[in-house]
Amino acid sequence: MTAYRYDYEVITQWIEHGEKVLDLGCGDGDLLKHLIQVRQVQGYGVENDPIKLQASVRNGINVIQMDLEKGLVGLEDGFFDHVIMSLSLQAIHNTQGILREMLRVANEAVISFPNFGYWRHRQSILNGRMPVSDSLPHQWYNTPNVRFFTIADFDALCEMNGIAVRERLGFDEGKLILDEPNFLASVAVYRLGRAD
Amino acid sequence: MIQAQSVGVVTAQRADFNTPLKLRSGGQLDQYHLVFETYGTLNAARSNAVLVCHALSGSHHLAGRYADEAHNIGWWDNLIGPGKPLDTRKFFVIGVNNLGSCYGSSGPNQMNPSTGKLWGADFPFVTVEDWVESQARLADQLGIERFAAVIGGSLGGMQALSWSLQFPERVGHVAVIAAAPKLTAQNIAFNEVARQAILTDPDFHGGHYYEHGVVPARGLKLARMVGHITYLSDDAMAEKFGRSLRHGRNTYSYDVEFEIESYLRHQGDKFAGYFDANTYLLTTKALDYYDPAFEYGGHLPAALARATADFLVVSFTTDWRFSPERSREIVYGLLHNRRNVSYAEIDCPTGHDSFLLDETRYHALLSAWFDRIEV
Repeated sequence: MTAYRYDYEVITQWIEHGEKVLDLGCGDGDLLKHLIQVRQVQGYGVENDPIKLQASVRNGINVIQMDLEKGLVGLEDGFFDHVIMSLSLQAIHNTQGILREMLRVANEAVISFPNFGYWRHRQSILNGRMPVSDSLPHQWYNTPNVRFFTIADFDALCEMNGIAVRERLGFDEGKLILDEPNFLASVAVYRLGRAD
Repeated sequence: MIQAQSVGVVTAQRADFNTPLKLRSGGQLDQYHLVFETYGTLNAARSNAVLVCHALSGSHHLAGRYADEAHNIGWWDNLIGPGKPLDTRKFFVIGVNNLGSCYGSSGPNQMNPSTGKLWGADFPFVTVEDWVESQARLADQLGIERFAAVIGGSLGGMQALSWSLQFPERVGHVAVIAAAPKLTAQNIAFNEVARQAILTDPDFHGGHYYEHGVVPARGLKLARMVGHITYLSDDAMAEKFGRSLRHGRNTYSYDVEFEIESYLRHQGDKFAGYFDANTYLLTTKALDYYDPAFEYGGHLPAALARATADFLVVSFTTDWRFSPERSREIVYGLLHNRRNVSYAEIDCPTGHDSFLLDETRYHALLSAWFDRIEV
């Protein structure tokens, strides 16, 4: 994760002072800790891995154990200002379900994910091997990722599900990619809302 | 990190109270006493005290052993001690025996000061809130204005939760483990079966069995057997006993055949040998009555709005007596009040009793939580 801290900076820019923030797949709670320090948010993390959960507790971060595949049952509609999912969406089977749940419990969702369409990944496939990179660090046989998608794929899914893409930023090696992000960006960060 | 150690030899203490305690039942205790134990040292700022609340059959004897009873180890000895998750080098830990118990505090088997006889069935009904009130008075006597933490499992977890509602300014952190914001109908039903077993025992004598020189041992045994089934998980029982037969074959009798029968009878007999039936009745009623949301029209988040502590809520996946769903109600109730709360659902096979065991991830979590409490 540490290689992609720059997505934290983008996320932080979208969060306002004192907001209620939910971070899905919060790991050791570093992002929330950062948001508490610089934005004084009331933050809650969600984590299902007991070791990471314990790390969040040790970090002094509120963390709730929950299986994201089952949605966000128990959380009130619109309670949060922002719900964040940093580099975890690709590891969840129930993609549409969790997106719906995120936009149910929060007014706005912030999502980052590794772009499978990144040119190096394409090159790797052309060479006959599954991509392994900074943004996709695992081998095919041990990856926690279960969904492999590109920026273009995600845009189409949002369109199909009535999700408004309010902002979309592509990055490669920490640099903002303005042209051809689906080809040149290894990671994408989205700001999403309900298109109603 | 030092090697985890025992707190060693401990001694129970006693505190007497002469200010009447008004009870939720409408009754009153004019005079009463509490027995308690402490471990570690209260710091100069009096800011490192942790109160541990006990469950149905627990007591103030949390850790260590008595000089004259080497085998009588405290019930949460695996959690409390130097180098243990609740580290007595950092914290001053207090265990209080609840009113109505049979382990030395004012209760049915203690003398009623107004009659000079044992209380027996005349001991008034006590509730979780009454216990918390009495614990607060003990804290006053000990010069503890505010607890760094209050922690408890099961019925003890209800007391910890109640502390955060009755005395929000007097507790910094609260750990509610394997508990519930109220019992379900099914849970009350199990308690009722247990009580009926005691109440219908011919040796019960309306609760005044002490005067008859007998104890309702059969009723108490049955009560414990029913309870014990609910404290274990189906899987744990299958794993431990399965359908194992004592004699390797069916004997077509009502003697012990299946090993689970042997186990339950043994647990029941053992319990009936040391526990008090009146205490069992009173304590199960306290469990049944607990429902902080009742006066808020059943709306738990409204009831929890008073709480200000930092919470840790823990449940166990195979606990069906106090299921994870009930713990989540507390968690979401606190979260929707913007309170600090963390929640862990420990994946382990041992049912409700898990909260007493030293399951690695459970204890590691408690260590992490206690470590970050500043005193």
